[in-house]
Amino acid sequence: MELFHDPKIDWLGKKWYFLGFSLIFSVAGVLSIFFWHGLPLDVDFRGGTVVRVKFAATPNADRIRAAIDTGGLKDARIQQPYGPAANNEVLVTLSLSETSEAALDQGRATIISALTQNYAPGAQNQGKLDLDNISGSALASWLEQNDPEHLGNAPDGQTRYEAQAAAVVHYRDNDHSGIIDSIDDLRGVVDPAILTALQQNAWLSGFHFRGGEVVGAQVGKVLQHQAELATLYSLAGMLVYLWFRFELIYGVAAVVACFHDTIITVGAFSLSNQEISLTVIAAILTLIGYSMNDTIVVFDRIRENLRLSRREPLSDLVNRSINQTLSRTVLTSGLTFLTVLSLFLFGGEVLRGFSFALVVGIIIGTYSSIAVAAPMLVAWQDWRARRGRAATLPAAKKARV
Amino acid sequence: MKTNIKTRLIVIIAVLAGFVYGVFGIPRGLSGNALSQGLTSSSLFRNGIHLGLDLKGGMHLILQVKVDEAVSAQTDTDVAAIQSDLQRNGIAGAVVSKPDPNRPDFIQVSGVPADHANDVRSLLESSYSSRFDVAPGVGNTWTLTMKATIESDAKQRALEQAIEVIQSRTNTLGVSEPIIEPYQLGSYQILVELPGVDDLGRVKDVIQSTARLEAHEVLGGPWPDKQTGLQSTGGVIPPDAEFLQSVPGASASGSVGEWYELRRIPIWGGTDIRDAQPGQDPNTGEPEVNFTLTAAAGDKFAAWTGANVGKDMAIVLDNRVQEVAIIKGQIHDQGNISGGGITEQRVKDLSMLLRTGALPASIEIMQETTVGPSLGADSIHQGVVASIVGMVTVMVFMLIYYRGAGINADLALFLNLVILLGFLGYSGATLTLPGIAGVILTIGMGVDSNVLIFERIREELRAGKSPAAAVDQGFGHAWTTIVDTHVTTIVSAAILFIFGTGPVKGFAVTLTFGLLANLFTAVFVSRVIFDANLSRKLHGEPISI
Repeated sequence: MELFHDPKIDWLGKKWYFLGFSLIFSVAGVLSIFFWHGLPLDVDFRGGTVVRVKFAATPNADRIRAAIDTGGLKDARIQQPYGPAANNEVLVTLSLSETSEAALDQGRATIISALTQNYAPGAQNQGKLDLDNISGSALASWLEQNDPEHLGNAPDGQTRYEAQAAAVVHYRDNDHSGIIDSIDDLRGVVDPAILTALQQNAWLSGFHFRGGEVVGAQVGKVLQHQAELATLYSLAGMLVYLWFRFELIYGVAAVVACFHDTIITVGAFSLSNQEISLTVIAAILTLIGYSMNDTIVVFDRIRENLRLSRREPLSDLVNRSINQTLSRTVLTSGLTFLTVLSLFLFGGEVLRGFSFALVVGIIIGTYSSIAVAAPMLVAWQDWRARRGRAATLPAAKKARV
Repeated sequence: MKTNIKTRLIVIIAVLAGFVYGVFGIPRGLSGNALSQGLTSSSLFRNGIHLGLDLKGGMHLILQVKVDEAVSAQTDTDVAAIQSDLQRNGIAGAVVSKPDPNRPDFIQVSGVPADHANDVRSLLESSYSSRFDVAPGVGNTWTLTMKATIESDAKQRALEQAIEVIQSRTNTLGVSEPIIEPYQLGSYQILVELPGVDDLGRVKDVIQSTARLEAHEVLGGPWPDKQTGLQSTGGVIPPDAEFLQSVPGASASGSVGEWYELRRIPIWGGTDIRDAQPGQDPNTGEPEVNFTLTAAAGDKFAAWTGANVGKDMAIVLDNRVQEVAIIKGQIHDQGNISGGGITEQRVKDLSMLLRTGALPASIEIMQETTVGPSLGADSIHQGVVASIVGMVTVMVFMLIYYRGAGINADLALFLNLVILLGFLGYSGATLTLPGIAGVILTIGMGVDSNVLIFERIREELRAGKSPAAAVDQGFGHAWTTIVDTHVTTIVSAAILFIFGTGPVKGFAVTLTFGLLANLFTAVFVSRVIFDANLSRKLHGEPISI
């Protein structure tokens, strides 16, 4: 099977369309960063509090908001649904200003206690164990104290109850994402005597704290600085490698293309108002390395062709080189894109930003190898020609792919 | 040619076997459970794949040690020392103070009578100039500024002490594989990672609370359990007493944790200890702990121990009995704990506990990430599904697009995955959720090498070369490009490893390992499969690509 059979596309003839396309997307992203959504930063960078809660049924955002308002936090942002609606998850976010640096943890504690009070047990459940939130160790020690199996001081009593508690928590956390639908579902998970005890002494609050993050301003700033440094070092590293591998002008063209990819990817985050987290930065750095690959394949071919036919006009030669490598460029990027797409679709909320950056970045990176990096070489040569200098690109010393 | 292929096949099988062992060790069986147990447990030569905090659940904290407090505590002692030196030398009227609350390193001596000016200067310069920069000021005042090296030493010591305290506290919680170390991105900050912790609130309480080190009078015990102890008091706890369990080995006889009945109100508490050092009994040569109490607590302690010679006293840290010892005589502010066959090691431990029991400075939480176990379990599930879907999609595409050569690529891809997981198993590297993403990305990027080679082979075939020559040329030409593409991505990953934190580092590790393994599988293994295939064909017979 072959997707591209000897393509003869005039890529450079379309350079104005490409320029327009690139400009529209980069400018839109930059405008959004400065005048619209800004640069939405994740809690890692901007500081603040995030609490992730799962509910047994579709949560009522108004009820949650009212509960948190009562706790004294007026500007909490409630993202609902968080992830697929069927998951019944909610993300509660507090900005840093809501929580002072000295009492960072206060915001999280307030959210949790507000929800706990709002979903408080009715009179019939007063004083019972909340099986949706109890920890394994707490459940184990409750079982030991109440001794539903009448083990007395049997030597293995403690281990038996610990195993039973672990089974309940495993059923809840590993098999049911943290929520038990009904205590009767534990039949078969625990011994009958324990099940009876739980049916009498436990209840289900219908919500479950899945995790959270609290970040102070100082840590956030340091991480931001690190991320900026890492991005710059990556770009510089690529420039140096390509300089060493080819000539400076090739390196410059490739790094400009990379920079173009980075701007558009970051712009896409601003346009879609998605938060940039530490893992998104990791994705962007990976993209910088990866989008260099296609560029290298095209450049290698340009250099090889330059060595073989020096008389051909440069724009024709570049066109021919792009067409010759088109099939492998599209295939390699396409296959990586498929894996990244599966990550985007199935990888879950935590990796959503990461895979979004890769999905956008791989498409843009492939496009820019053809539409930005290669035309830049031609533009550079034209510019030199107008200045009356020798208009040649450095050719390869030996043939490569 | 044939034997050559045979040797290379043996190499491949050996590598495969080696890395399969790296992934699973020697599992107890072939059931899913036994295999997944093999994945994470360690065995000969391999450390097992460690799951990161984001997959296992647990807690990640960055703590700021307020080291200025430690410096301030140091200069407080110095202020007291200067005061008493001045008094001893008969210099009255001088005021020793720390005028600026924001400058814990700065001491001022003012109001010195003119006729004593020279005495004060010589006193300060002789006794304090090794640790302070002593400078004269206007109107017979002197200022002492702590030397930078001394100050940073004090701060560093405070950081190390805080780490020790937190370590000993997490040990009592039974957290497996905790990480407690200086956080390099901040100044005097501590990174704490507690994987697998499911009672987050309790753990944080323990870490945040200041260590409560106290001396209690022992009223009864030791008993093997609380019930036996309660029998001796008639089944109820007396109002002025408490029952506490000891750490193993707290007394000479006890090898397991035993229970003691203690008087509830301590003789002295955690804030009353100034210092503690291991030492030796000058008479018997036995090891002992020499501790120093503050002046007020010392007076109180002397009165109490003088009246209670021969009784047992318990040192209690965070409600656990650390040490039970017989009082041999009156103890003033300087005292020791010895006897009962106390070993040198325990003396060291105990004096360390006494010294570090109270944090040298208070601690603030700068960052706190909690991952509930349900979130970690979901992440693993989603990561595995995404990996399998990604891998199957790529494999099916390769089969359709390259037919026979597709099988070749798929075998190489599978081996790539095995080597990557084997790497993780041998090195004991931590697999995080972004790390799983790195595995998925490796699948996508790894197959790129095959595409580069196959496309070149197709091109050579179109140019009319024989299959054998085309394969040869294809591999030869694609090699430099493959190296290029790997270098650029690994450079990015290396920078990520240097700048990244926990989960992101895990991503950099899997991506780098995966791409290195890919050099072997896509180039070496894939070539062997081609050669084996070609050797079974007649010269010039077409290959499936």
